[in-house]
Amino acid sequence: MVNEVCLRTLDLDRPWLLEQYQSRGGYEMLTRILKEKTPPEEIIEEVKKSGLRGRGGAGFPTGLKWSFISRNAPGQKYVVCNSDEGEPGTFKDRDILRYNPHQLVEGMIIAAYAIGATQGYNYIRGEFWEPYERFEAALKEAREAGFLGENLLDSGFDFELHAHLGGGAYVCGEETALLESIEGKKGQPRFKPPFPAHFGLYGRPTIINNTESLASIPMILKEGGPWFADIGVKNSGGSKLFSISGNLNNPGVFEIPMGTPFSELLEMAGGVKGGRKLKAVIPGGSSAPVIPGEQMMDLTMDYDAIAEAGSMLGSGAVIVLDDTNCMVKVLERMSYFYHEESCGQCTPCREGTGWLYRVISRIENGQGRQEDLDLLNDVAARISGRTICALGDAAAGPVAGMLKHFRDEFQYHIDHKKCLVGAG
Amino acid sequence: MNTIEVNNKADIFSTEIRGEIDQWVAKYPADWKQSAVMAALRIVQDANGGWLTTELMNDVAAYLDMAPIAVYEVATFYSMYELKPVGKHKICICTNVSCMINNSDRVVDHLEDRLGIKLGQTTEDGRFTLKEVECLGACGGAPMMQIGKQYYENLTPEIIDSILEGLE
Repeated sequence: MVNEVCLRTLDLDRPWLLEQYQSRGGYEMLTRILKEKTPPEEIIEEVKKSGLRGRGGAGFPTGLKWSFISRNAPGQKYVVCNSDEGEPGTFKDRDILRYNPHQLVEGMIIAAYAIGATQGYNYIRGEFWEPYERFEAALKEAREAGFLGENLLDSGFDFELHAHLGGGAYVCGEETALLESIEGKKGQPRFKPPFPAHFGLYGRPTIINNTESLASIPMILKEGGPWFADIGVKNSGGSKLFSISGNLNNPGVFEIPMGTPFSELLEMAGGVKGGRKLKAVIPGGSSAPVIPGEQMMDLTMDYDAIAEAGSMLGSGAVIVLDDTNCMVKVLERMSYFYHEESCGQCTPCREGTGWLYRVISRIENGQGRQEDLDLLNDVAARISGRTICALGDAAAGPVAGMLKHFRDEFQYHIDHKKCLVGAG
Repeated sequence: MNTIEVNNKADIFSTEIRGEIDQWVAKYPADWKQSAVMAALRIVQDANGGWLTTELMNDVAAYLDMAPIAVYEVATFYSMYELKPVGKHKICICTNVSCMINNSDRVVDHLEDRLGIKLGQTTEDGRFTLKEVECLGACGGAPMMQIGKQYYENLTPEIIDSILEGLE
């Protein structure tokens, strides 16, 4: 089955409109919760049962995250949605915002009800103007219909929701950097603990979830946690939006059950372009270590299977590489990205990402030295785990993966001052 | 941190710009006007032909009761703010992995040849700026670029030509 949760209205003519969303039962779950005054604990319990894990990339159980908030603590609490989609290869939240913004709005209202928040923000990356406008239009419709504002549907529950536009910074996808950014500061991650559940936006208890996670909530509650869990496999509940790109005939976003064989996803994406050979796959955004094509063809798309293969499912961004690609060049480009996007706060990341890029770049450009391969592993190892946020790990991870699986290509570059691919 | 003293905030920006900024200020808690700084910078940048002067950043600081340094920090941290003049049309080309392996080099080459400038430069007539950017989250349509608020996907030299010809 495809498109069962977040993209379930995709077949409609203009699914982003309230009337069309409601034609598929939109806002029914919220209405029922508000009318029946469903105990918040029941909602959180249901989300836990669903096995939903954070769809932004970290995979932390959503229900558990919600339970960290002390609901009855006095004062303001916040619900924040992370639509700062920036992990290279990821383009699924853009489609949720463009095609099903109301389901996200409904999910955020329910999340707010569950944790006792009356204010929410959706942080949308600044470049996403069209998705931002769709989201704003949805907010307007929802407000007019009484789903946002004061005393929603006479329930006594208030909730207001706004969009916040980013300004171009990958690191703001990290949840505490995102909070800093909403506060009108540079997006530099905060040291944790304290976690946002205790000290979040404006110093108040806050939950931050990815767009896809929050947009999944209405269906999870409507059909029940176990229904969602059963779509997927053990430890990977539900369906998932996979953004698949690269050397493909039909790249795009596909919502399929967790645990679907990669070979089926590849087929949906039309297979490798020009009938070329599948060389490698980056299975979860550019931070995920690469997996050789042959090995990938035997894997299923779920957290455990991809982790056992030495990589991670991440945001579900699958980058498919055919046999014309030079892996040194691919790694050079990825390393440039992390160097460019490091916020500069932690020395190992700020200096290390530049070091990685320069060394890979000299190998790519025929200036590599034999000791560079060990040097790369050494620098990567000295970044990992030594920084405030995961950007450093994200920069280091792909290096180790590339050297493990495609060391011969790096060696060839060093020995012959040219590329193995195309060298015949 | 020092803030700039102003007698009358109504003197800072036009009524229209103030109205737009105020809409953003209203989204945040009353004592967190600073949250509107990113929106304010974007609004004044758009109204100033796509770039920020120090004077404009100081005005934003005064308007939002912020220290100028706090505004400079934001303006220099995020990639969408421009601190030097840019062309009327800023062409942002993604060259990250999914675009790269779908020949974004060819997109860059074609634009550089056609406009007679390199990445990071602006045409002499001030119409176009070429900017290399990181992943814009539209990898399914690689190679892609953004001009103004619009995304353009599945680019070929022919498509690029027709896009440029359609711009004012």
